Amino acid sequence: MQTIWIIAKRELATFFDSLIAYIILGLFLGFSGFFTWLYGNDIFLVGQANLRVFFSIASWSLFFFIPAITMKMLAEERKTGTLELLLTKSVTDRQLILGKFLGSVLLVCIALLATLPYVITISNIGNLDNGGTICGYLGLLLMSITYTAIGVFASSITTNQIVAFMTALFIGLFFHIIFGVLAQNFTGPLGQIFDTLNLQSHFESISRGVIDSKDLVYFLSITVLGLYLGEWSLSKRHFS
Amino acid sequence: MDIQIEKLTKTYGPQTAVNDISFDVKTGEVLGFLGPNGAGKSTTMKMITGYIGIEKGDIHIGGKSVTNPSNDLKKHIGYLPENNPLYLDMPVMDYLEFCGSLQGIDTLNIDKRIREMIGVCGLNREKHKKIGELSKGYRQRVGLAQAMIHDPEILVLDEPTTGLDPNQIIEIRKLIRDLGKEKTVILSTHILPEVEATCDRILIINKGKIVANGTPETLRKQAQGNEVLKLRIEDGDADLILKSLKELNTVQSVEYVQQNQNLFEVQSLAEQTSKRHIFNLCVQKKWVLTELTPMETKLEDIFRNLTVN
Repeated sequence: MQTIWIIAKRELATFFDSLIAYIILGLFLGFSGFFTWLYGNDIFLVGQANLRVFFSIASWSLFFFIPAITMKMLAEERKTGTLELLLTKSVTDRQLILGKFLGSVLLVCIALLATLPYVITISNIGNLDNGGTICGYLGLLLMSITYTAIGVFASSITTNQIVAFMTALFIGLFFHIIFGVLAQNFTGPLGQIFDTLNLQSHFESISRGVIDSKDLVYFLSITVLGLYLGEWSLSKRHFS
Repeated sequence: MDIQIEKLTKTYGPQTAVNDISFDVKTGEVLGFLGPNGAGKSTTMKMITGYIGIEKGDIHIGGKSVTNPSNDLKKHIGYLPENNPLYLDMPVMDYLEFCGSLQGIDTLNIDKRIREMIGVCGLNREKHKKIGELSKGYRQRVGLAQAMIHDPEILVLDEPTTGLDPNQIIEIRKLIRDLGKEKTVILSTHILPEVEATCDRILIINKGKIVANGTPETLRKQAQGNEVLKLRIEDGDADLILKSLKELNTVQSVEYVQQNQNLFEVQSLAEQTSKRHIFNLCVQKKWVLTELTPMETKLEDIFRNLTVN
């Protein structure tokens, strides 16, 4: 656990040292703030004292930004050879993957915490549904850890950051859109399967304020699978 | 802690990188790992440090197998990989702290260890700089510092002195020698004088197989065979001297090195020495012997003989 935390801490420090963190935070807040408050289907148009609009925008911006956070995680380590340095220290493959994962999740958490002024503003304007808001944030967090795990896996299979970014986005696209579209086009058991795989429907059900164990299991199992595949892809070096 | 390598084999696809090699390294020994590029040095080192898995055979460190992860042998190994990978965006101090804490040094001792390593590796002026701003030699020192930060019992150094200036090379060699008194050190290098200066034992590996194993002296003896002497004899006719030398009963052959300077090369018969006979011959004939040099086989020649084929 200590080792995981040391790796996560360094990862987070690197984000803030290299401006990546500021760029990601700036873009995330700018993007979600613009569409929540200023443009299109914004909060004033909806006219309700809740953060539904923000949650839906944030889910889209995180979908794009998380692969950008995770792309360098292992791809760069592999490319520069520092992976060898890390894994010959008292660090297991699993600890490395979990450390990297935790580091990115923490950055996403910081981004989400930075949107707290939205919550304060809305609660001043009207009567905010606290339960719904907490569930909304929980949904965003669960979605983020899922995409982060996918991103860490995508980063573990290549030495090229762009390839890692595209792979993560491509896998994410299935969960974010394609399974949903397929679910609408198929009926019967096949449609059911696609609906179960559709991340949006699980996300919406949580952000509506319903915490169902089915949704939790969904997010956590993809996360575990992503991390496990990442570990497996690291361990392949033993057998090449 | 000693290292025992038993019948180690590793293949990459159709290529056999390491082919059934076995050797031991004892505590307090510095082993020089020599071989041409692609001989399997780095692969062996990667298997010792646990970065890549072992295909066949086994490696025991302090009696424990590296294949069992619960032995947690990595804590006892300090490793400087080939090409010295580093986090270029980290300051030297932070980097050493990161490496130290990953190796399980507790927070109380870590500052002391970092200060020690910075002193030992001569990084004092650069300690607050980012690693990316350092020159190659200083990066190499950082690499050595991170390998030694947790005071490991085993040091595996893949080409430790590349990129260092001559003064630093001498310092690092001395450091390796000092460390080697109580620790187990394996170092690979292409620089042959380095092996002679630092290593107790040499292991030459070629195409995944061990081709020589022994101290520099024994290797030289093995490779040398007959005694070869370089002579300069003055105050005499070159041809006459040549003829007289050939008549000595311990001499196998005599050749001119430079006829006009009376410079000869004398090869003795197997396990015989001609030094005394040559001296007596010169005394007898009143020739002046101005040079008598035993020709030692250089490590370069041994290396070439064993690895070029």
